[in-house]
Amino acid sequence: MLPKTSYNENELIVYLSGEIDHHNARSIREYTDALIQEKKPARLLLNFSAVNFMDSSGIGLIMGRYRMMQLYGGSIRVVSIPPTLRRIMELSGLGCLNVLERSKYSDENIE
Amino acid sequence: MKILNEMSLSFDSRSANEGFARSAAAAFLAQLDPTVGELNEIRTAVSEAVTNCVVHAYRDEIGKIFIKVQIAQGNIVIIRIRDKGCGIEDIDRAMEPLYTTAPDQERSGLGFSVMQSFTDSVKVRSSVGHGTTVTLTKHLSLRLSNG
Repeated sequence: MLPKTSYNENELIVYLSGEIDHHNARSIREYTDALIQEKKPARLLLNFSAVNFMDSSGIGLIMGRYRMMQLYGGSIRVVSIPPTLRRIMELSGLGCLNVLERSKYSDENIE
Repeated sequence: MKILNEMSLSFDSRSANEGFARSAAAAFLAQLDPTVGELNEIRTAVSEAVTNCVVHAYRDEIGKIFIKVQIAQGNIVIIRIRDKGCGIEDIDRAMEPLYTTAPDQERSGLGFSVMQSFTDSVKVRSSVGHGTTVTLTKHLSLRLSNG
């Protein structure tokens, strides 16, 4: 259940999958944090395309990595968000931190 | 409110059971032919309530969590999640968005906000030292295929 990852040119991509709840957020967190500490990437991408369920534990997971990347002076982006997860992510206020990739259905600004 | 069908179950407050609990509730409610969105909302709300029992109610022990799911006339779903744990001293505060007593575990403090947002009503009864009951009510859409 540990996520697949890739690292390239200072960008660490973590491909999350399955269900993210309180039970399995812990191992994902520990695994991801070890990698962040090792690589100290400038940019962290959390890819949610294969996540089919998430409760507020997923919010905690994103917020924690957000803080960690800030500590290292890096940035974080949550990408490929399935439509079913968008509501809980936006409810959390994560949208205000500008870490969520925009919906494919709205106008996309590519920076 | 006339109850048409009901199921109940109890299980240990181990985090491994969080997935079981939300899946069991969703499986029982499949007979109402809910939309994918409704089922996902119910799974999420149940997951939040059960996680509260695991993380807060039984913080230093393993106790029993009791779930009762009822289907009432008019496609109304009532889900009760009950524990015999430590209870909540200040329910209003516990329900405040972003309030958490477990920031070290990266709890976001959004459990009750998610329950409120994903169901029609959330009622909490609690007694310190005796336990907590969370009652979630949700009205599902009536789909024509139900006949």
